[in-house]
Amino acid sequence: MIDFISQPWPWYVAGPLIGIVVPILFLIGGKQFGLSENLRHMCAMLPGKAEFFNYDWKNGAWNLTLILGIVIGGWIGTSLLANPDPIGISDATKSDLALLGITGFDGMLPMDIFSFEGLASMRGFLMIVVGGFLVGFGTRYAGGCTSGHAISGLADLQLPSLVAVIGFFVGGLIATFLLLPIIL
Amino acid sequence: MTASKNTIGRLLPYLLVGIYFGIIFTKSEVISWFRIQEMFRFQAFHMYGIIGSAVVVAALSIQIIKRFNIRSFDGSEINIPPKVMGKGTRYWLGGIIFGLGWALTGACPGPMFALVGSGVPVMLVAIAAAVAGTYTYGVLRPKLPH
Repeated sequence: MIDFISQPWPWYVAGPLIGIVVPILFLIGGKQFGLSENLRHMCAMLPGKAEFFNYDWKNGAWNLTLILGIVIGGWIGTSLLANPDPIGISDATKSDLALLGITGFDGMLPMDIFSFEGLASMRGFLMIVVGGFLVGFGTRYAGGCTSGHAISGLADLQLPSLVAVIGFFVGGLIATFLLLPIIL
Repeated sequence: MTASKNTIGRLLPYLLVGIYFGIIFTKSEVISWFRIQEMFRFQAFHMYGIIGSAVVVAALSIQIIKRFNIRSFDGSEINIPPKVMGKGTRYWLGGIIFGLGWALTGACPGPMFALVGSGVPVMLVAIAAAVAGTYTYGVLRPKLPH
């Protein structure tokens, strides 16, 4: 059993397990699934804030607790349930990335970039700091992220969410095919 | 909900849901920068299958909740607020900005936290940058087209 769950989980197992959380959160306390709200709550904890953050962040304590759980779950998933094999991405992706100079496929991400040493390099700074900033800015501007728009929003057949998700892909394709070849 | 209701008993279910998520995010490799690249390069079905099947399961559940007027465990009505389209600028423009960041960091807000737990502490810097981005949006909000 532990061998089985230590393998990478296929999409048809992981997807439904993620989707079912949407009704579970509604049933537990009428909460809507959306993880980027937490970034806003963290801003609301800061002093001297803008109007947009002028509310009691403790109303979002449930969601902050949820992401604390995600940190713990991330640790369990990589330690207790560790998969010893390199990541099983397609050969096409491996060879495309190799052309951009990425050769290590041992972890979840290119560790030479996503490390504190990597952060000091230009590409590390652009991918971690600038990328992170754009995620935080864009998600609040759009009013949601992958969870709030692509999952909760699309599941509720919200047209604005579809527009946002198309935007996610336009941005992602620009970064993948235009920016990353320059950065890497 | 007021702060006084934030008791351990009330928050515990969310901690458990979070742990459950963290394990799924990690074991399905959606926290992987490589998987996000594979998705944006259309070279595997994996990420599309995960997001697609999550949407199908969530959509069916929401239909059941609406159709049968199901209430939450504490008996209150479940309200799913519709999103307001307006001019739509915020959705496509904000979406594109988010997408740029998603492909660069290879992580959206949930997986960023899972990565911290899975031994990529530099993701704390990405999270701090994301908080700074959200803060910047909050400051500029009155001037931005929505």
